[in-house]
Amino acid sequence: MNARQLNDVARGVSWRQLHNALTNPVIFIPSLAFPLLNFAAFAGGLAKVRDVPGFTFNGSYTAFQFVFVLLQSAAFSGVFFGFGVARDFETGFTRRLLLAAPNRTGVVLGYSLASAARWLITASIITAVAFAVGMKVGGDGVDLFGLYTLSLLVNFAGTLWSTGVAMRIRSQQAGPVMQFPVFLALFFAPVYVPLSLLTGWIHGVARVNPLTPVLEAERGLVSGEPTHTLLAYGVGAALVLGFTLWALGGLRRAEAAG
Amino acid sequence: MTALALEVASLARRSVVRTLRQPAAVVFPLLFPVLLLAVNSGGLRAETKLPGFPTNSFLAFALAVPFIQGGLFATGNAGIDLAKDIQTGFLNRLALTPMRGIALLVGELGGVMSVALLQAVFYLAIGLVFGVRLKSGIVGGLVIILLAALIALGFAAFGAFAALRTGSTEAVNGIFPVFFVFLFISSSNIPRNLMSTTWFRWFATINPVSYLIEGVRSLVITGWDAQALLLAFGVGLGVVAAGFGLAAASLSERLART
Repeated sequence: MNARQLNDVARGVSWRQLHNALTNPVIFIPSLAFPLLNFAAFAGGLAKVRDVPGFTFNGSYTAFQFVFVLLQSAAFSGVFFGFGVARDFETGFTRRLLLAAPNRTGVVLGYSLASAARWLITASIITAVAFAVGMKVGGDGVDLFGLYTLSLLVNFAGTLWSTGVAMRIRSQQAGPVMQFPVFLALFFAPVYVPLSLLTGWIHGVARVNPLTPVLEAERGLVSGEPTHTLLAYGVGAALVLGFTLWALGGLRRAEAAG
Repeated sequence: MTALALEVASLARRSVVRTLRQPAAVVFPLLFPVLLLAVNSGGLRAETKLPGFPTNSFLAFALAVPFIQGGLFATGNAGIDLAKDIQTGFLNRLALTPMRGIALLVGELGGVMSVALLQAVFYLAIGLVFGVRLKSGIVGGLVIILLAALIALGFAAFGAFAALRTGSTEAVNGIFPVFFVFLFISSSNIPRNLMSTTWFRWFATINPVSYLIEGVRSLVITGWDAQALLLAFGVGLGVVAAGFGLAAASLSERLART
């Protein structure tokens, strides 16, 4: 009975959230425009960086940056989703939803599924654009499946993080709190060059950044030279687990707040 | 003091006080560009190893970018402040007074300009503290602040135009990221002669923001480059004239006295 209630609530919530996101351009376009803009700026503008001595990536700079942009879109798609959750708190919709839902954990699951579905659409468009501008992929089908599932884990983590924040602050003013740490985690990874070419403080920060092995593993998968893949999946799974607890903790806080 | 100067001073004082009472409007535009500067100067340091790169310090190369980002924040802040005045009816009440439209426009931008000057000094100080030495000397530093103020004024006028045209803070918030496209597709991260992707180099060349960046950059890494400075001040004045022209036309429609 509990599993069925969980499923019913998750399905209802995810359908509503996905419908809102896809029928309102103001919600959908930013989560698509920012990664595409970054892709154009990084892959197009910085292509010459590929010629820096010691740049070890086995592929074009377009493929190198495609991976970062895919990861960024996954994380930020989740973060942007949190804005909608916060807005629902402000309008009072979430209060009614929590009253009506027989299984409130299903609300969090529904948010995560809707966010994942929305990101898959974004990822498809980014991938199509990357191939359209001539990206070559060294990895096979299994490698690419690994690339997208790893990014999907990051999307889940991003959604659960922002949902947890939204449920604690329950206001759209929580936007910067959701975005800023994710932004820092992404840009403190080796965004423009491989880790070995980073020097100084940024190298030290990138080495301990949990997103660094994820980014490096994804670049390995796209180039057909898998590296740190198991570690990256471990990090991805740990992020999802940790932020699931964080989001459920937020749900309990929201319930307690009435 | 003439009546016009008195009108401008009254509104400018209100604008400055209002801006300084919103910490987010001051702190975020100060810190965010510096954070991006830190991330990019660490991540892209390897770019200085490319043959033909104009300096061996990426921090010095990238120091020009925060001045433009600060100007872009001025767009958002000016637009949002003015849109709020429209939404709350303040502008309509002003329309009942004999105040001139130009006084309103110039006065409303007072707060933004005060923050812009603060930003310019702050960015310059950050660069100097972290070891950047201006090739154009102390006078060059003053010219950078002057150019930064001109850039902020131009962008702020476009923000005011967006607010007067739409009368909505949400619409201004939505338009604001569009201006960032100009920063992304520019010579912000790499000199135009080192851009190997033809379409990107073409867009960066027709993008006025490239010339604003290169004007500031020339004072930091080159010294006194007449061509770069003429282009930067020419583009800056052009942006101011276009922004004020559009904003004044929209203002006369919105303040139509019957």
